[in-house]
Amino acid sequence: MSPLARFTAWAGLAILVAVAVLAPILLDGPAGRIDPANALLPPGGGHPLGTDELGRDVLARVLVATRLSLGISVTATALGVALGVLVGALPAVVGRRAARLIGAGVNLAVAFPALLLALFVAAITGGGVYGSTLVIALALAPVFARLTQTLAASVQGAEYVAAARLLGVGRARLLLRHVVPNVAGPILVTAMIGISGALIVLSGLSFLGLGVQSPDVDWGVLLNQALNRMYTNPAYALAPAAAVVVGGLVFSLVGDALAVTLGLQPPPPRRGGRTPRRAAAVGDPGGALVHAERLAVTVPLPNGADVRAVRDVTFTVAPGERVGVVGESGCGKTMTALAVAGLTGPEARIGADRLEVLGEPLPPGGRGAGRRLRRTLGTSLAFVFQDPLGSFNPVSRIGGQLAEVAVVHAGLTRRDALRRAVTRLADVRIADPERVARRYPHELSGGMLQRGMIAMGLMNRPRLIVADEPTTALDVTVQREVLALLDRVCGETGAGLLLISHDLAVVAQTCERVLVMYAGRIVEDLPVAALTTGPAHPYTRVLLASVVDMATDRSRPLAAIPGRPPDATADPPGCAFAPRCPRAAGRCATELPELIPVGDGHRAACWHPIGDTA
Amino acid sequence: MATPTAAPSRGRYLARRVLRLLVSLWIVLTLSFLMVHLIPGDPARASLGLTAPQELVESRRAELGLDRPLPVQYLTYLGDLARGDLGVSFTSRLPVSRLIGERILATLHLAGLALVVVLIAGVAAGLLATVVAHSGRHRGTDLAFSGGSGVLVAMPEFVTAVGLVAAFGVTLRWLPVAGLAGPDSYLLPVLALASGPAAALARIVRAEGLRVLDLEYIRTARAKRLTRSRLYLRHALPNCLTATLTVAGLTLSSLVAGTVLIENVFAWPGLGSAIVSSITQKDYPLTQGLILVLSGIVLLVNFAVDLLIMAVDPRSALGEV
Ligand code: SF4
Repeated sequence: MSPLARFTAWAGLAILVAVAVLAPILLDGPAGRIDPANALLPPGGGHPLGTDELGRDVLARVLVATRLSLGISVTATALGVALGVLVGALPAVVGRRAARLIGAGVNLAVAFPALLLALFVAAITGGGVYGSTLVIALALAPVFARLTQTLAASVQGAEYVAAARLLGVGRARLLLRHVVPNVAGPILVTAMIGISGALIVLSGLSFLGLGVQSPDVDWGVLLNQALNRMYTNPAYALAPAAAVVVGGLVFSLVGDALAVTLGLQPPPPRRGGRTPRRAAAVGDPGGALVHAERLAVTVPLPNGADVRAVRDVTFTVAPGERVGVVGESGCGKTMTALAVAGLTGPEARIGADRLEVLGEPLPPGGRGAGRRLRRTLGTSLAFVFQDPLGSFNPVSRIGGQLAEVAVVHAGLTRRDALRRAVTRLADVRIADPERVARRYPHELSGGMLQRGMIAMGLMNRPRLIVADEPTTALDVTVQREVLALLDRVCGETGAGLLLISHDLAVVAQTCERVLVMYAGRIVEDLPVAALTTGPAHPYTRVLLASVVDMATDRSRPLAAIPGRPPDATADPPGCAFAPRCPRAAGRCATELPELIPVGDGHRAACWHPIGDTA
Repeated sequence: MATPTAAPSRGRYLARRVLRLLVSLWIVLTLSFLMVHLIPGDPARASLGLTAPQELVESRRAELGLDRPLPVQYLTYLGDLARGDLGVSFTSRLPVSRLIGERILATLHLAGLALVVVLIAGVAAGLLATVVAHSGRHRGTDLAFSGGSGVLVAMPEFVTAVGLVAAFGVTLRWLPVAGLAGPDSYLLPVLALASGPAAALARIVRAEGLRVLDLEYIRTARAKRLTRSRLYLRHALPNCLTATLTVAGLTLSSLVAGTVLIENVFAWPGLGSAIVSSITQKDYPLTQGLILVLSGIVLLVNFAVDLLIMAVDPRSALGEV
């Protein structure tokens, strides 16, 4: 909610209250003066909105009616809130059975339209000012009863309440100090919105002749009287109608503003615009599976800052090659994988001197991909995501989700595609593939789903498999099976692999080459064999040491590196690792080291690489 | 290998829904029975006015059955109901069931048509708004949608109706504003009834759509390199359906209530205009019957929506407490 909208809310409320208080005092004369000679005049002259059937000024009458409309709405809402909170809090006091009964009753009443409830009560009370107040209070109460129940339940389960209980805080104090403050805010906000609902129901009832009754006047009564005079003075009917809308809007705005003020609602996230980016260069066919030159990915944050997730990354993946990308979380490895696959979200900005996948240049951001490119990527690039459950569409069956790829890109009929899906599920060693194909994702285990995800990648002929932390969400035993499966699949299909992992051990098991990333850049690019003979970059050394620690002493945490990676929104000069680097010296903190060859198939970005005596 | 079967929980979900429907119907029945008894003072006297002669009041008391013990009255009421007998209207002396029968179709047509408009316009506008908002371009369009739909949602249907009458009936004189005559007499009432709920639905679809589009399985779908229309319609839309249907269900029940107001603006010969006049004329049997029928429609609609959600979203049955 913008500051302007918030200001409008409070200003509108102030004006409404002022009108409600002052209009009956100041405008009683013109609103009550009967002058049949000037009945139903159109707007103009001394009457900005014309006159009614008795010659009274319409504007004055609408303004005077504000008091009753708002008065009843606010009172009725207050009563409704009190009643609702009382009923909603009851389950906490009474026994289990009674609590369930009350809960069920409240659920039932909430599902029932307020106007119908109001009509029912109106039939009993017969309307009038007091009758309508009661009617609306009773019609609103269920909403607040339910809200109170929900809130009370969430507060009771909250950790701070449990903690307070452990500390031996008394019941009354618990209620006053912990429960009430957390419940009061949302109820207050909803009450504001409730007032606007009350206003609408009240106006409706009065309009139907079942609420406030003449000679008492609220906006609904005015509307009722005006409807038959539409043809003579339309403004007569439009004015109270507009008043109802404005009144309702002001109170819902006040509710929203209150929510922001009380910190109950985060300000809406900003969806970033896009800046033009450099076009990718033309490709050379038959070359590498991935060819990225000076790839950069920037993601705008809601607060306006930019996260430079990937900076200046240059690497290739040769056909059939298995490349691992390692680094701590937030180092940009996942973003690199997504950019290579053209799967970054619409808000991410991608720039590159050259970005080709499977010999095809990627259009910036992966969007607007033409048919040919979509087909190439759809058939030849498989992506395995980290969270297998979240990565399947929850409302369709596994088989159908696998089949879709083949239907769309290989032109198979649905039946053939489903048959192929079952075969592929069997290929990834899923027992009883026919049955699994008919299951929904939430009915399967994580390991099985991850196999399914790999099988999905095999539906066509993948030349490149990109796997983003494929085993992180899985149990240790399942992890090994899934890795072995990936290894086997690459071996059998000859596909290349880009494996993203925070775990150097995982990469070392599966890959031939390792890219080590730190703070959005590749800091070292080395063959897996060189890991044992000695990495050149100090950061890789530290990573390696932590793996060795893990292997010898599993109880130690992985993060054995002192310090943290730098803030990804910052852009310090020099080597990003310098604050944590044991070898940092000289120009480390001021000049950025380039990624340069330090040996055969071995590159590092370091001013003082290990093993370098210069 | 974890492969729990979903069938038993679905059955249980269904059973619970049916039970809930029956209990709700019973509560509504009982409340509508109690209505007459909750009226302060003597309902027979209230319905006839202060000046009515005492013997007339006595005979009306007998007609309402108020001279018998409460449990007997309740059983008689339930028995009559089972035979479709809703009593006789005070004012017209005709059976209530017949009066309702004459008017129910007008109301159902109105509400049904409005629902169709709400679903089509709401989902289409919501999807469009989702695509616009998700693209990140056209921020102006996105803002206009939020503002415009917000105002439409905030407009109570009878106010919209008055505005429409002023614009199309009074100023432009294009469309009929009262009664049910030809197909064009549906236009304004349906529009007045549908515009608010359609806007509300569109907002829900947009919010849900944006939420769903950020989920991981949408990335999977994108990894399949589907066309954008397939991505939105086949993968995102079905996952917005649960929320959409829930809202649509609430909308439909509020549409039924909304007809009451709309029918009174447009002099529509349906249940809504009848219930208002029955309340003002203190025609209790007619009010009771109408409340019963309108509530019954609302409950059945809610039940149907629950079933629909279960059919669309296989998780809903599991998520139930
Ligand atoms: S450049 Fe300097 S600070 Fe950076 S890793 Fe090498 S030695 Fe350490």
